Amino acid sequence: MSFQIKTSAEPYDVIIVGSGAGGGMASKILSEAGLSVAVVEAGGDFDPAKEEDRTQLRPPWESPRRGAGTKIRPFGDFDQAIGGWEIDGEPYTRKDGTQFDWFRSRMVGGRTNHWGRISLRFGPNDFKRASIDGLGHDWPIGYDELKPYYDKVDKLIGVFGTKEGIYNEPDGFFLPPPKPRLHELFIKKGADKAAIPMIPSRLSMLTRPINNERGVCFFCAQCNRACQAYADFSAGTCLVHPAMKKGKVDLYTHSMVRKVTTDDQGKATGVSFISKVDMKEYKLKSRVVVLGASACESSRIMMNSKSKSYPNGIGADSGVLGRYLHDSTGASRSGIMPDLIDRERYNEDGVGGMHMYTPWWLDNKKLDFARGYHIEYWGGMGQPSYGAGGGMDAMRKYIKDEFGNPSPNGGYGEGLKKDIRRIYGSTLGMSGRGESVPMYDNYCEIDPNVVDKYGIPVLRFHYKWTDQEIKQAKHMQDTFEEILTGAGATLLGEKPGPDTLYGLAAPGRIIHEVGTTRMGNDPKSSVVNSNCQAHDCKNLFVVDAGPFVSQADKNPTWTILALSWRTSEYIVDQLKQKNI
Amino acid sequence: MNRRENLKLLFTGSVGAGLLLTGCEPEQEAVQGQLMTGGTPGGRTDEEKLRDAKLLEETFFTEEEKKKLSTLVDIIMPADSESPSATELKVPDFIEFMMKDQPNNQTPMRGGLMWLDFEADEKFGKPFNELTKEQVIQIVDLVAWPEKAAPEYIGGVRWFNMLRNLTCSGYFSTEAGWKYMGYMGNQANVWDGVPQNVLDKHGLSNPEKYSDLFLKPEDRAKVAQWDEEGNLIG
Repeated sequence: MSFQIKTSAEPYDVIIVGSGAGGGMASKILSEAGLSVAVVEAGGDFDPAKEEDRTQLRPPWESPRRGAGTKIRPFGDFDQAIGGWEIDGEPYTRKDGTQFDWFRSRMVGGRTNHWGRISLRFGPNDFKRASIDGLGHDWPIGYDELKPYYDKVDKLIGVFGTKEGIYNEPDGFFLPPPKPRLHELFIKKGADKAAIPMIPSRLSMLTRPINNERGVCFFCAQCNRACQAYADFSAGTCLVHPAMKKGKVDLYTHSMVRKVTTDDQGKATGVSFISKVDMKEYKLKSRVVVLGASACESSRIMMNSKSKSYPNGIGADSGVLGRYLHDSTGASRSGIMPDLIDRERYNEDGVGGMHMYTPWWLDNKKLDFARGYHIEYWGGMGQPSYGAGGGMDAMRKYIKDEFGNPSPNGGYGEGLKKDIRRIYGSTLGMSGRGESVPMYDNYCEIDPNVVDKYGIPVLRFHYKWTDQEIKQAKHMQDTFEEILTGAGATLLGEKPGPDTLYGLAAPGRIIHEVGTTRMGNDPKSSVVNSNCQAHDCKNLFVVDAGPFVSQADKNPTWTILALSWRTSEYIVDQLKQKNI
Repeated sequence: MNRRENLKLLFTGSVGAGLLLTGCEPEQEAVQGQLMTGGTPGGRTDEEKLRDAKLLEETFFTEEEKKKLSTLVDIIMPADSESPSATELKVPDFIEFMMKDQPNNQTPMRGGLMWLDFEADEKFGKPFNELTKEQVIQIVDLVAWPEKAAPEYIGGVRWFNMLRNLTCSGYFSTEAGWKYMGYMGNQANVWDGVPQNVLDKHGLSNPEKYSDLFLKPEDRAKVAQWDEEGNLIG
């Protein structure tokens, strides 16, 4: 084989690193403008419509582990996020006894293949938090700048929901939402009593078609397995593959980018990557380089892009590259609903996520913490697979016989089997997802002592929650109890207290990490400008969540998509004007 | 073919998948021939295929242990008029696989199975596998009831909880388990809300505010169109 060829002769117009939400959107918009594009992806190609890639609708007995998670698929054997918290040969480290867990997906479409499809716009306040509470910093752009792109994303990709007219939860172009499930109606009773709003969710799943290329949802609840009908959004099925069909887009898979190459004038000239296939180094050339490798991975590439022109790496002289890393907060609680024991059976799969949710509803000026959270709900008659019938050593006592006597915990036999059937579908719960305050001291940097198996220096994390997040988690726990109790549920487990930071998940665990290449007008306090263009390297752009100045209590994907679209249009414009 | 096309071929064609196996030892290559015979299907990486095949080839439980396990899983999930027993559903094979897939459970599981012989010898002067059904139940009862168990059996209770969980996992994740549970999903359908009789039974109703906005099944084939304010008009 001709492995001696290590440099491509003809440059592309644009090289995009990463094929997730940001890279995928860039590949579509840039190729539609007629540009030649290379998408460089660290994992393999993936298409859920191909039988060999399909896990949707497979019953658990097709898996020897009955769908249990593995290291490479922590969310289950059929989940379509290949990678996980720890990837063999691709380590990361932590500093000063702090914790940050880094979730990566190595595949076309990245983490969009399995995510919850919760597709929320940031609201006007979410771009100007510092002006409201004096903490952190404002974005250099506001909702008005992004609104046209959110509108376009809604129509291109599809999202269901309802127009609510809530100021900081902007409405969009919504498809009809599905009706609630039974446990959601019970929970709504509790939320109503507590005067907490609960509205139809906003998820990027096609309850009706938006074009003739993608199918509609057939309600299997398995969006995390990626949809063979393309009825949910993932970057591979909705952006990268369509772009490859229509435009000049080449996809390089199993290709791990080491650095952005630059010339003596400090211009990016392309990327250097290691092929996982033969473990050799290759170079691609381009007029523009776009990083969409995920917030931390893109900042890692910039840190490692050292050269004569950039002795500390690209963007490093800002002093904030890798800084202000922040993830959403998360805490949960569950209960059991006596009214749902012995419930009637019907197909309750629905869409792959909740049908109703709670947007942030309070004013932080009247609270002892700065930022809000939304609440996600779960429960119902889900597919029995690994874990089914579990926990009866503690749960069986909630089942009562006809005389009101509780079953004993544990046990065995026909009685246990019947009790498991009786309790099925009666547990429910909720999780808060909140906004944290971005901190200079929460960061990733290059670990000077560790490299991955490709010889690329790895990231070292330093992250601590502040009192703001801890008090927010405490508030979540109080709210969860109020809703569950009001709904008529019996609370399960002990209420998480200060010893566990009120059940606050470790940083990174909610997989909404952002902020490491944040945007701003001042090159001394930001890595990229308001067009996501590196201050110190005019033909280098970042299209993942790295440029976020603050991560609202919303899931970041819809904003990544809108920003990437806007950045891509800016790139086309700047190329036309010969500014880059 | 220019240089870029050549390079492109290297990474975009069929070359990528499969080449990761090139460095394999001879026995790994032998395993490779058996891929997809029992491993999970659907978008597997080469590492996953190799791992599944390797785990399926290995044996964890001894014959004696497997016999103990079969006795126990059928006590936990016996056959009844509606459903088969755990051994009929091959639950021991599932537990065997899980021991290799999640090796942290190996020591506690093996420890629990060994304890059975200690207890059988103490009480009846025989190995566990030679006990009568009644004698077996006497031993199981020592550890099967977390709230009634004597304090000295707390370790055994923990082990039996694990065994109960694994048995239930292996039982209800089968076609017969789904049937017993009454699970009706995992198939294409149209969700149109909770059935009316179920709503009535619980005294609940869909929020009226949204009754015109919820998906109507008959609209599922119509391509969505909006006015400029985002109202659905078609």
